[in-house]
Amino acid sequence: MAPPTARGPRPPARPPQRAGQPGRGGVGPWAPQRGGRAAERGAARRGGARRAMAAAATTAAGRARRGTPMFSQKELTSKKRDEFEDILEERRLSSDLRYAMKCYTPVIYKGLSPCKPNAIKSVVLQSEQVQYVIKQLAKEMGESPDIIQEEAVEILDEMGHSMQLGTVRFFAFTLSKIFKQLFQRVCVNEEGMQRLQHAIQEHPVVLLPSHRSYVDFLMLSYLLYTYDLALPVIAAGIDFLGMKIVGELLRRAGAFFMRRSFGGNRLYWAVFAEYVKTMLRNGYAPIEFFLEGTRSRTAKTLTPKFGLLSIVMEPFFKREVFDTYLVPISISYERILEESLYAYELLGVPKPKESTSGLLKARRILSDNFGTIHIYVGQPVSLRTLASGRINLCPYNLVPRHLPQKPTEDIQEFVSDVAYKMELLQIENMVLSPWVLVAAVLLQNLPAMDFELLIEKTVWLKGLTQTFGGFIEWPDNLCAKKAVMSGLTLHSNIARLINGHVVLNDKGVEDGAVGEIVFKRALVILMCSTYRNQLLNVFVRPSLVALALQMTRSFRKEEVYSSFSFLRDVFSDEFIFFPGISLKDFEEGCFLLTKCDAIQTTQQEIYPTDKGSVVVSFLSAMFRPFVEGYQLIFRYLSKETKEAFTEKQFIPGVRNYVFQLLEKGTTQCYEALSSDMQKNALAALVQLGAVKKKKMSNGFSYSVNQEAIHKILDVFDARTPVQKPVAARL
Amino acid sequence: MDCCLVVGRRSWQEILKWNGWGYNDSKFIFNKKGQAEFTGKRYRLGGMVLPTFKEWIERTFGASLEHKTTSRASLNVNDVPPSIVNEEFLQDLRATKISYSQDAEDRVFRAHGHCLHEIFVLREGMFKRIPDIVVWPVCHEDVVKIVELACKHNLCIIPFGGGTSVSSALECPEEEKRTIVSLDTSQMNRILWIDEKNLTACVEAGIIGQDLEKQLSESGFCTGHEPDSMEFSSLGGWVATRASGMKKNIYGNIEDLVIHIKMVTPRGIVEKNCQVPRMSTGPDIHHFIMGSEGILGVVTEVTIKIRPLPEYQKYGSVVFPNFERGVACLREVAKQRCAPASIRLVDNAQFQFGHALKPQVASIFTSFLDGLKKFYITKFKGFDPNVLCVATLLFEGDREKVLQHEKQVYDIATKFGGLAAGEDNGQRGYMLTFVIAYLRDLGLDYYVIGESFETSVPWDRVLDLCRNVKERIVRECKEKGVQFAPFSTCRVTQTYDAGACVYFYFAFNYRGISDPIHVYEEIERAAREEILANGGSLSHHHGVGKLRKRWMKESISDVGLGMLRSVKEYVDPNNIFGNKNLL
Repeated sequence: MAPPTARGPRPPARPPQRAGQPGRGGVGPWAPQRGGRAAERGAARRGGARRAMAAAATTAAGRARRGTPMFSQKELTSKKRDEFEDILEERRLSSDLRYAMKCYTPVIYKGLSPCKPNAIKSVVLQSEQVQYVIKQLAKEMGESPDIIQEEAVEILDEMGHSMQLGTVRFFAFTLSKIFKQLFQRVCVNEEGMQRLQHAIQEHPVVLLPSHRSYVDFLMLSYLLYTYDLALPVIAAGIDFLGMKIVGELLRRAGAFFMRRSFGGNRLYWAVFAEYVKTMLRNGYAPIEFFLEGTRSRTAKTLTPKFGLLSIVMEPFFKREVFDTYLVPISISYERILEESLYAYELLGVPKPKESTSGLLKARRILSDNFGTIHIYVGQPVSLRTLASGRINLCPYNLVPRHLPQKPTEDIQEFVSDVAYKMELLQIENMVLSPWVLVAAVLLQNLPAMDFELLIEKTVWLKGLTQTFGGFIEWPDNLCAKKAVMSGLTLHSNIARLINGHVVLNDKGVEDGAVGEIVFKRALVILMCSTYRNQLLNVFVRPSLVALALQMTRSFRKEEVYSSFSFLRDVFSDEFIFFPGISLKDFEEGCFLLTKCDAIQTTQQEIYPTDKGSVVVSFLSAMFRPFVEGYQLIFRYLSKETKEAFTEKQFIPGVRNYVFQLLEKGTTQCYEALSSDMQKNALAALVQLGAVKKKKMSNGFSYSVNQEAIHKILDVFDARTPVQKPVAARL
Repeated sequence: MDCCLVVGRRSWQEILKWNGWGYNDSKFIFNKKGQAEFTGKRYRLGGMVLPTFKEWIERTFGASLEHKTTSRASLNVNDVPPSIVNEEFLQDLRATKISYSQDAEDRVFRAHGHCLHEIFVLREGMFKRIPDIVVWPVCHEDVVKIVELACKHNLCIIPFGGGTSVSSALECPEEEKRTIVSLDTSQMNRILWIDEKNLTACVEAGIIGQDLEKQLSESGFCTGHEPDSMEFSSLGGWVATRASGMKKNIYGNIEDLVIHIKMVTPRGIVEKNCQVPRMSTGPDIHHFIMGSEGILGVVTEVTIKIRPLPEYQKYGSVVFPNFERGVACLREVAKQRCAPASIRLVDNAQFQFGHALKPQVASIFTSFLDGLKKFYITKFKGFDPNVLCVATLLFEGDREKVLQHEKQVYDIATKFGGLAAGEDNGQRGYMLTFVIAYLRDLGLDYYVIGESFETSVPWDRVLDLCRNVKERIVRECKEKGVQFAPFSTCRVTQTYDAGACVYFYFAFNYRGISDPIHVYEEIERAAREEILANGGSLSHHHGVGKLRKRWMKESISDVGLGMLRSVKEYVDPNNIFGNKNLL
């Protein structure tokens, strides 16, 4: 059961006064109707001592006015962010059972007409949109519409959620138990929840969390339940349905299931799109999905998928809703539950199929400690504000709105821009733990590093990260040594302190075959890099400038810029760049480097400063695994002799190639073993036109353009001096 | 010079407000007791006290009777731009014996229509450019002479009918250096003949709507064309804007009514060789004329369809639980093609507004009945008074058919949860249409400015468009610093097979805003953008004028605009009809 039909008594609405809008002579008809409920509850729940969330009211007012312009980059000055509250704290103090059984009367969309999950299904089935496609298909295939209709019913039954408060309460109880077992703290920015509360009442809301772990999956539901907000419906991969009981439980907790690929199936597409849009239009529940499409195995944000996003944006384009709020949400883990699974997977050991028994087996991790989770609910972004002045709606006016219509090019471009913008907002609010800094330093000093030096470097990197706008959760009173130590304790499976030195924890490396040694080392390095990776999207612009400076022989801005552009294109699938603003990214990179005194710029030229060499070489070293990894992969492809190959052939091929080089000791670039990097590199080559991608009946096939690939390699090789070029130049 | 006619003309001008809507003697005031009252005897509401209206104004706008603005009492002749007319032209004009005037009041009266910003200027400022001279032709031949003179002396002519434009169409282009001649058609107001066999009448284009109907009714006929402005607007104006009438379901819009048009252009006279119901002779040249907004020439004579006066008229009204159900009902009525002469659906805000304009009830009995009705609808039927909405109906024809028709419509309404709400409510609804225009003048006295605008939209988008435009207005007001939530409301006023006409009213209290007109215009512009984004048209019947020109290209495409331009270039190469409307 989703939206409650019977409601308990409500506190009286607040007097309609708004901060920042003093005396308007009595009545203020602008007043929000149900302001501050969550605040009141939150405060009451916690004994009223909490900061009142008055700020939210002001933000709601300011939102429309302030709406972020599409192309503006993140603010470069250090940004004021909300503070966090630990929601587990209260769970440790009071009864989980009582919490699970609490009176739940959530804040809902103002225009909601409550209905049951099954009612939604029949609305979808009867909708003009679905009926149209059914009739079309019936005509084309010469079948009776009833048969196709039945197919649609089956699709809906497979797809549809059946949210029930009972199941939600069950999860509220079990998740409380599990979270308390696994995590030290689950921290949320309450101001974000406040803003969300207002947004939910005002317009349909789309929740866009980052995706690093299965834990993300019910995290937001848990959170929204805790704060008495309408529970989301969550887009989930169909593979969850393979799990006995659990699949059905998720369904009852609000998950709906989409097949991984259904490009060709028009009926499926129509039913799915209409199902999502119906829920959005009715304001039935916030719609939650992962822009990245899947869990990022590397903790780096994956490039966005556009399908679901364009579906949820369409009701606004067609003006079926006045506006839609997109809410970027950053969920950061101090230690990722699946870290070792991911590493295995990246190295080609297949991911275990989702299964209930697998889940049960995994319960031994319950005895482990996974630190803190930070959830930052970003400012809701008004789609209307984003679209203002950008898109021509004429195409939608000239065709009945229920007909399936391929989005125009400018709409597609807009959807892509919005997707990237949302991911950049996620990245901006990702919380970085001290351990992330430690991992970044450690990876540049393998296999062992002096503990004191590590602390010193970590502190130095903390400063740099903050200059670049990174969001580090490092309590003011926590001394560096303790911070590093606690990171090491939490991640003892990756690195350990031995005799004043921090060493990688690749147990058993000494003995065993060479291959085994390489594999084990790769495993721990990939795990470690997962944490360093969390820094990369914050560092990527200045770092690519630093790399470009090294690649370019001259200091001329244009040449540095063209190298920067080249790198940005090559890494376009590896890191998140807003499409088409290469120059702005370059300027941002230069600005940040200037800010930390690493470079000086004149009208025409860019010089590294004397003391800047430390920064520049650190930054380029940070990204060197990618430069070297890509070179290795490109080189492998340049030796590819086959006319055409599939991804299934490419991945093991390149893995073996790199593996052999590692065994021989020709390279130290373990990260090139990562299938993620291999896929990204291949995708980049496709985009650069050096590899041709063709759609075949069973997936894609690739063929290499040798000339183009050699050209790219030349840019890398010929111009990348191998050893410390900065020092040489100064 | 024929003085008599000018005096006749002046007397009409003199019973109208110079700085507001309608008759001088008809207006809303607050009487000594502080109660609202409508003055004059011209309307059913005249002389009645409206006990709840003041409270409604205060509640809706946050306006207070203590905060008042006052208009200038009369026109300050010294502010008026001087009349610059070349003497040779005047000599030629005198020779034609056509009456004219260079008087400041006459010129200012014809320098504007009834857009908010125009009225605001009249109350507080002065137009930068107004006509230099007003001429009163009395017949087609006079117009031919005037146009010839204008071509000879290279003058600019702006035709003027009833002066009720709401698209800035009558505003003089500021940069116009030539002498501007306001060609007032009001003296061309005769019915030339009535053809009872074919049911047509040939009428001079300057006739005012109410006069046309009055005179036709003497012979037992009517045109049935009743735009809300029919008390003041002219036949020629209807043609020039592509007007639409309230009862178009029976009688049709202007394009359905017109059989023949005679128009004087700088290139000569344009007309057809016969008066037939339809012809296939290439694109209909009438469609260049209808909606040409005075940029091609002056319409002088129109042959228009007439009908015998209806035997029986009956008003009616239906209450719906909500706007969605109401729209669904109207759609069904349109689908079954059984729309009464008029059917309109007002949203809740307008329903409440209409309620606030209810006069004091005469007896305890009526008040008891009202109470009973209210109880029945809200308590027994469970309608939420803050959600419900009302449709008003007008049936016309022979008695038996009307009653039959009425039943059919009420049966449909019942299917959509509608409850019949009586004749009286219906009739009051239509009366308010005429009176509502007077309200703006009252608002202006108390820092409330407002306007109406309209659009046409396909059926499936009606609800979305209404909701989004109203919401957009509210948001824009908030963003632009308007201190009180605006009055933002709509009604569906016409039904067609494929869509509907929607009318918006929008008003707000501008206290605390330094440049209210600018703010108002920005909000109206945003609302229009919203309409277009929702698949609505630029205009259903108000026309484009200068107010909505910027969207013409997007509305009819580059090529479409070029087609219109090429017609203009051929017909009027020297831009004699230089009011700069439309293109």
